[in-house]
Amino acid sequence: MVRSIWRTVDPALLRNVSPIALTAFVTGASFGAIAVAAHIPVALVCAMSLLIFAGGSQFMVVGIVAAGGSPIAAVLAGLLLNARHLPFGLAIGDVLGDRLGRRIVGTHILIDESVAFAMAQRSTGQGDRARARAAFWTCGLALFLTWNAGTLVGALIGQVIGDPSRFGMDAAFPAAMFALILPALKDRRTLRVAVLGAAIAVATTPFLPPGIPVVLAAFGVLAALPTGKKAVAA
Amino acid sequence: MTLGVVLALALGTYGIRFAGPQLRNRITVPTRVQMLLSMAATALLLALVAVNAFVPAGKFGGWALIAGVFVGGVAAWRKVPFVLVVVLAAGTTAALRLFGVA
Repeated sequence: MVRSIWRTVDPALLRNVSPIALTAFVTGASFGAIAVAAHIPVALVCAMSLLIFAGGSQFMVVGIVAAGGSPIAAVLAGLLLNARHLPFGLAIGDVLGDRLGRRIVGTHILIDESVAFAMAQRSTGQGDRARARAAFWTCGLALFLTWNAGTLVGALIGQVIGDPSRFGMDAAFPAAMFALILPALKDRRTLRVAVLGAAIAVATTPFLPPGIPVVLAAFGVLAALPTGKKAVAA
Repeated sequence: MTLGVVLALALGTYGIRFAGPQLRNRITVPTRVQMLLSMAATALLLALVAVNAFVPAGKFGGWALIAGVFVGGVAAWRKVPFVLVVVLAAGTTAALRLFGVA
């Protein structure tokens, strides 16, 4: 079963995953450095990346705690930010596989990037589940490795790295995600749905806690309703 | 920061990630709903792109960031290889910041 995944891993997939994995390494290193600077022990910093494995929420929790916020508020804010993973799992949950072990591990590597890679495979070839599965696992596992390696390096060498925004790392993530969903956006209705959703998210961001606006983007499907006969045929 | 905070966030996040695939396996999703779910997921991903490009920390993220994402986006649209898309986006933003663009 495992072998069947790796048989569908082609060089193109690895080539596409590697820049994202590198970005995760650099961002992970900056997380490690920032967390250590906030007086969090190295072991705990590494535990965060290993056990939580959700970059945005890790930065957020460190920020809140470092600013003197309450631990409960920090956890709640982090969970809100990660709420989007539930609809992601609903949409692409079948790529995890059927075996229990697979599902346990696969659940942990269900992140924005692995979801986007799986979706990208799906929208190019109809019903190509094996490719979507290979993309999900390759991306998820690669990022798990580089995110944690980066965190450790950053935590150890600390402030040498400096602000990751100096390297434009904050632009790499949205650009990469955009490239991955571009094939899906070729479908007119999906484009309408996504644009409405993104507009809702950006418009509500100043007023809502982080994470909620992105989940509200799901209301973009209103742009696809009603699903008429033409839509079903498409 | 305590181990308790880390474990609470880790368990909660795992629970969120666990719920989606479980729900999906438990119920038979009609094709039309599956299509809508797929669209909604794409909408969430584009929202993630837009929020991170325009209002990353809840407020305007600066022109260097927007320019970088824009250049990367155009490159992706012109079917430039994925690696280059990422490099162009990060490079543009980094270069603009180097020259003092916020």
